[in-house]
Amino acid sequence: MILHRRKLLTAGAGLAGTALLGGCDRFAGTDAGRRTLQAGEDANLFVQRLLLSPATLAREYPAAMISPWFKPNGTIDPPDRDFRALAARKFADFKLTVDGLVRTPLSLSLADLRGLPGRTQVTRHDCVEGWSCIGQWSGVPLAEVLNRAGLKPQARYAVFHCADTLEYAGGGLEGGDGASLWRPEHPGTVRDGTIQLAAAEDWGGAPAKDDAQKDDWGQGAPDADTPADAGPADKRTPIRYYESIDLFDAFNPQTILAYDLNGKPLPVSNGAPLRLRVERQLGYKQAKYVMRVELVETLSGLGQGRGGYWEDRGYEWYAGI
Amino acid sequence: MAASPALEAPETVDRQGRRWFYRHPLVIRVAHWINAAVLLVLLMSGLQIFNAHPALYWGAVSTFDTPAFAITSEPGGDGRNRGVVTIGAHRFDTTGVLGLSRAGGTEAERAFPSWATLPSDQDLATGRRWHFLFAWFLVLNGALYLLYGLFSGQLRRRLIPDGDQIRDFGGSVKEHLLLRFPEGEEAKRYNVIQKLTYLVVVLGLLPAMVLAGLAMSPGVDAAWPWLPELFGGRQSARSVHFIAAGLIVLFVVVHVLLVVVSGLANNMRGMITGWFSLGRPGTETAR
Repeated sequence: MILHRRKLLTAGAGLAGTALLGGCDRFAGTDAGRRTLQAGEDANLFVQRLLLSPATLAREYPAAMISPWFKPNGTIDPPDRDFRALAARKFADFKLTVDGLVRTPLSLSLADLRGLPGRTQVTRHDCVEGWSCIGQWSGVPLAEVLNRAGLKPQARYAVFHCADTLEYAGGGLEGGDGASLWRPEHPGTVRDGTIQLAAAEDWGGAPAKDDAQKDDWGQGAPDADTPADAGPADKRTPIRYYESIDLFDAFNPQTILAYDLNGKPLPVSNGAPLRLRVERQLGYKQAKYVMRVELVETLSGLGQGRGGYWEDRGYEWYAGI
Repeated sequence: MAASPALEAPETVDRQGRRWFYRHPLVIRVAHWINAAVLLVLLMSGLQIFNAHPALYWGAVSTFDTPAFAITSEPGGDGRNRGVVTIGAHRFDTTGVLGLSRAGGTEAERAFPSWATLPSDQDLATGRRWHFLFAWFLVLNGALYLLYGLFSGQLRRRLIPDGDQIRDFGGSVKEHLLLRFPEGEEAKRYNVIQKLTYLVVVLGLLPAMVLAGLAMSPGVDAAWPWLPELFGGRQSARSVHFIAAGLIVLFVVVHVLLVVVSGLANNMRGMITGWFSLGRPGTETAR
């Protein structure tokens, strides 16, 4: 009798467990489920904004703690023809566009940006996957740029449009001229043909490191493989990386458009010529290959409306956790 | 089941002469079951998150080539892949469960197997959403439990060992190891090992888990720079979080085993209805 009851209870618990977990996956797939699960993000944003002031800085580390290798992540070599042309001339022709809800749209070369008051900071970069690296970033505070452009009162978000194509609208992953793109599964996946199937190395084995080291700009960039977009004749719509932050983070002193990593010009693998640093958030907010900063009132008109490439694929817009 | 639970009369005797004791107040019962469900979701979504970078390090940053702990897959000698767990310099073949396992009929290179993660597929974004929402449930539920426990005196009464229990510590250990469980009056309180274990879990392990989790947040770290340092850096905090999860799993396994061997029905009834049988004087405890 007792044994029988125990068996029943054990079997019941097992069954309930299986049903619960299958149910969890189904629940997360519904609209109501997604909305419910997003409540955690809202709570995190609310509470962290109570804990942080606009000027609160992330910890800055002593130079001795800089990681010997700063792991490049996401796109490490944009396949786009325009970007490759810029990289081939060491970004001498690069212009950062600042537009949208600003009084004076700007177009700034790297020399212009380096001429503005700069900031150098040794900070920790935390990838959404879980790993961390410490690097020294030099760049121009975003506030310097935004103050020169002058924000219109409706401006609420700064959007960072990037050079790198990750996929094509409609799900096409085939690049032009036989080159191919593959869709990264999550922000930590390094997109590089040579290691795309090496799952165990994705998160930091030797192959990626070798690539990173020979990937300084000028080398590596426009040679071997064909650009993925086939130029003006290509009618497909590329989906490029983009990110957004609100003004609370945009005007933080540590929020910079970085042009140097560890005292040297940013390598292509780490986002040359310009990447965003927004130190109180995770790695996927640190947009690389930034070409344009657009000030907007709402994020709804961009991509799928969630404020970033990864946000459109389910990740939190607020990546402070 | 006898009279309705009332704080002033937490004990009664039924017509068969069996003594009943109102062991768990409603708040504690509800908090217990919420906690059980929430911890399960947190564990499985946590394993999903771990799978995105299945390696642990000590210090502030990751030393990618020399992790303290890693779950990987690699080609074996026979041309087939193997799952491998690396702890420091030691390596263990864990093919089938860790590193390499089967999911939906195909072999998958993933640290923890599909059946152990939430979602079951590799999906870091959704795993994070489950984890952070249920982390709030854990914290709110835990806070309610602690506030109730402190103000009602239940925490002190239930979890702080009494003087005589501390004096007879050795005897209690012996009784516990022999799986001899007290009946009658003595069954109305937890034994000293139970009390200390629950204290460590409630006031040590679970708060450490929450703090180590918060220490991984770049936003919280900016607000409280001392927090990651408490653990020796963000990557240490991540390792502590993982180890603490393992200890909680260990606690749950032992807890469930002891619930079963010390009288499953009586224990379950106690945690569901509140009423726990102390047995009939002079006879065996009801099971």
